[in-house]
Amino acid sequence: MVRKVHIHTNINDGDVEFLCEERQSLLEVLRDVVGLTGTKEGCNDGNCGACSVILDGRLVDSCLVLGVEAEGKEITTIEGIASVDGLHPIQQAFLEEAALQCGICTPGFIVAAKALLDREPEADEARIRHWLAGNLCRCTGYDKIIRAVMKAGETVQGGAR
Amino acid sequence: MTSTADRKGAPSYTSENYSSAKYKVVGTRPIRHDGLDKVTGRAKYGADVSMSGLLHGKLLRSPHAHAKILSIDTSEALKLEGVKAVVTSQDLPIVADQLIDLAEVMANPRVMAENILAGAKVLYKGHAIAAVAAMSPHVAEEAVGRIKVEYEVLPPLLDVREAMKDDAPLLHDGLTTRNTAERFGKGTDTGVKSNIASHIQFKRGDVEQGFKDAHVIVEREYNTKGVHQGYLEPQSSTVNWAPDGHITVWTSTQGHFGVRAQTAAVLAVPEHMVKVVPMEIGGGFGGKIPVYLDPVCALLSKKTGKPVKIVLTRKEVFEGTGPTSGTFMRVKFGADKNGLITAVELFLAYEAGAFPGSPVGAGANTSLAPYKIDNLLIDGYDVTVNKPKVQAYRAPGSPQAAFAVETALDVLADELGMDPMDLRLKNASKEGDRQPSGVPLPSVGCVEVEQAMKEHDHYKTPLKGPNRGRGVAMGYWGNGGMQSSATLTVNSNGTVAVVTGSVDIGGTRPAVAMQAAEVLGISAEDMRPSVGDTDSVGWTGVTGGSRTAFSTGIAAITAAEDIKDRMIARAALVWEVKPEDVSFRDGVFTNGKNSEERLTFKELAGKLMATGGPISASAASNPRQVGPGVCGNIVDVEVDPDTGKVTILRYTVVEDVGQAAHPSYVEGQMQGGAVQGIGWALNEEYFFTDDGAMQNSSFLDYRMPTSLDLPMIDTVLVEVPNPGHPFGLRGVGEVSIVPPMAAISNAISHALGVRVDRLPMSPGVILEAMEAGKGGK
Repeated sequence: MVRKVHIHTNINDGDVEFLCEERQSLLEVLRDVVGLTGTKEGCNDGNCGACSVILDGRLVDSCLVLGVEAEGKEITTIEGIASVDGLHPIQQAFLEEAALQCGICTPGFIVAAKALLDREPEADEARIRHWLAGNLCRCTGYDKIIRAVMKAGETVQGGAR
Repeated sequence: MTSTADRKGAPSYTSENYSSAKYKVVGTRPIRHDGLDKVTGRAKYGADVSMSGLLHGKLLRSPHAHAKILSIDTSEALKLEGVKAVVTSQDLPIVADQLIDLAEVMANPRVMAENILAGAKVLYKGHAIAAVAAMSPHVAEEAVGRIKVEYEVLPPLLDVREAMKDDAPLLHDGLTTRNTAERFGKGTDTGVKSNIASHIQFKRGDVEQGFKDAHVIVEREYNTKGVHQGYLEPQSSTVNWAPDGHITVWTSTQGHFGVRAQTAAVLAVPEHMVKVVPMEIGGGFGGKIPVYLDPVCALLSKKTGKPVKIVLTRKEVFEGTGPTSGTFMRVKFGADKNGLITAVELFLAYEAGAFPGSPVGAGANTSLAPYKIDNLLIDGYDVTVNKPKVQAYRAPGSPQAAFAVETALDVLADELGMDPMDLRLKNASKEGDRQPSGVPLPSVGCVEVEQAMKEHDHYKTPLKGPNRGRGVAMGYWGNGGMQSSATLTVNSNGTVAVVTGSVDIGGTRPAVAMQAAEVLGISAEDMRPSVGDTDSVGWTGVTGGSRTAFSTGIAAITAAEDIKDRMIARAALVWEVKPEDVSFRDGVFTNGKNSEERLTFKELAGKLMATGGPISASAASNPRQVGPGVCGNIVDVEVDPDTGKVTILRYTVVEDVGQAAHPSYVEGQMQGGAVQGIGWALNEEYFFTDDGAMQNSSFLDYRMPTSLDLPMIDTVLVEVPNPGHPFGLRGVGEVSIVPPMAAISNAISHALGVRVDRLPMSPGVILEAMEAGKGGK
């Protein structure tokens, strides 16, 4: 058996411990060890963004992070975007704007959009297109995704006032 | 007509064809029923399946594009701790040649078996040879590396024209050319050994005389490269072969009934022994109709007595699945002074990949279908080469041929000094005109779409600035019909469960449920749509062929009509009148004998247990009149003369959608198809070494469009109702990928004054064309 490492981390505002092999990516750990399958694998080499998570406030491709690197870190996955009070404005906007078709890229887009709007809710279309260029979608042509993120930005700004 | 550009307010203008106002539910934009699960990460896709005792599989794939397999030694792999089983083609039963209709493509189980696990020969780099089941994917991967295969390497055939030569080496010793005149016809066997699997020909009128009558003749050659469907979710499968022989498959597929048929055929077991549970699917575009993994997982499960799961890597998706055909094409148009087309010749050579079955027949029929042509000769060739076996990709076969036809038409318009839309309108097909195959067109919106393009603000607004150009092109796709099944059950609170056999790739749950809601006079939110497995709902064809909202919609409408009749009978019982005395309108039942007595659908649903028990109804569809789709694109580009990079400035998609069920998801199909076409036009290609190895099998190097590469994609929904559907729906999913390549090529040529005759029109190709243009013209 391959030796496993004991990791202490915080996922979606809860303390989580897990055992993982040193070769396992954070993506693999989230999906196969912790059981959070909302984070998706599209390429496993950092080129599609389907596995986007927020790690200590930074947007990362979880396929490019090792599970052991999560030690002492805070991680937000798609499962941690909504709260007990309801959906995040980005999630709501994705539904209202029909910004998903097959839905496999959706978790990555929502996590990536949250990482942007947390800091720049006023982001305009050009900024959003630039920020989301690391997330591939093959179904929508991005039009409705961009509209949804713009709409969510307006909602976030409205709520802050 | 509506345009996304105007979506926030009221539509800027409404045509008499825009009939959504006729309906209360159809044509509205409710939130999709499966949306919540998909924005919170709860939706379960194929790779998300887990269960106790699960083993993980990995495949060994050929490093050579063409080689004989001399021996396979799996002994070292089996010695590795954690390895439970290895399978090769020796574990597959040998099945006889036969044809299974998979809607968009025909399949032969023997060929499928050879593609799933290579036997005597490997025919492309990435061809699967063996599979391992182990305690973890990492162990399985390590074990795959221990399998020893001896090869006798053969020279690969990679070019379609080389492969067509009489003296070309043969991929398949037994393959002979068939002549065929219909797309799915078996044709007559010529007995000639060749890499050409079939030759399809459509012929009409007097082509020679047609060209004699022409004032202008345009003749051009075109080349396109293979491209991949590019769905974001790699294929996966999990299979449990129970000791009693029952096989359960959990997989991401466009059609679980097709997976059942294919898996049973390849394993030579009766179909009823296989149950397929469709998971959510992360994109397909035609590429998730064939099976690759399900029979392999089944064999591994049988050997180990445990469920076995395989998930492909992205590299395996590129090298071992899909793609669509690369092509060589020649087109010759003749037209009189007024722009009336007098004759056309079209030569299409499509790569089939390693096994026969390119979509050349569809290319031959569809690319000229938007035009009324009396004299034509079309020759299409299906040619095997040492590349992955091609599979359906959105309007399979049509985009390539349309690139040739629609670009040549633009040259013709230039030479005639005619507006390109006027040229198309002059020759536009109407209902009753014959397609190249000879079959008359049903109700079709060519004229309406072209008129809408010509009158669109985008087309009427002059494009200014250097290195900029505008292009237009049309696309046609016949769309699929096929059979579907639906079961509706009335809940006691008046909501209705809708179970269909159609997997939902892009919003067909709401699109289908809304049609039943329209019949029942209740809201979209009152419907609870879901997808049943192969044991729990009637046979349903694939989600493909742009057929689902249309054909599964008809099944749901029919079942809803049945529900309505049964509810009327219950209301009659309550009021002690005859059923014909009860009227039903807008979700309210009224007693004709006493109009004071009324029951809403929900109120009556609460009385079902007391009036005879629950109500459910099942129905199947078998549509006769499928409405073809027509799509046109207007695109403005700017070319950087120093780098050859093309920027899309403005993009408008105009499509005849019959009647939009859920306009947001119809727009989504139009935008998505356009952007796949933009990728095909500008960036995407399978790039092979001379040895036949794909050099760009990652999303870094196989460059699909990102949000940064694009503007908003404007849509115009033209609604020419399809008489073959109660609400007028047409298929909308596929035709949108047909026009972009030619529209962009035409825009580039107007920007540069130089024609580009191949795809992709990547920066290097553009610079070469500009260089050649300086010397030539």
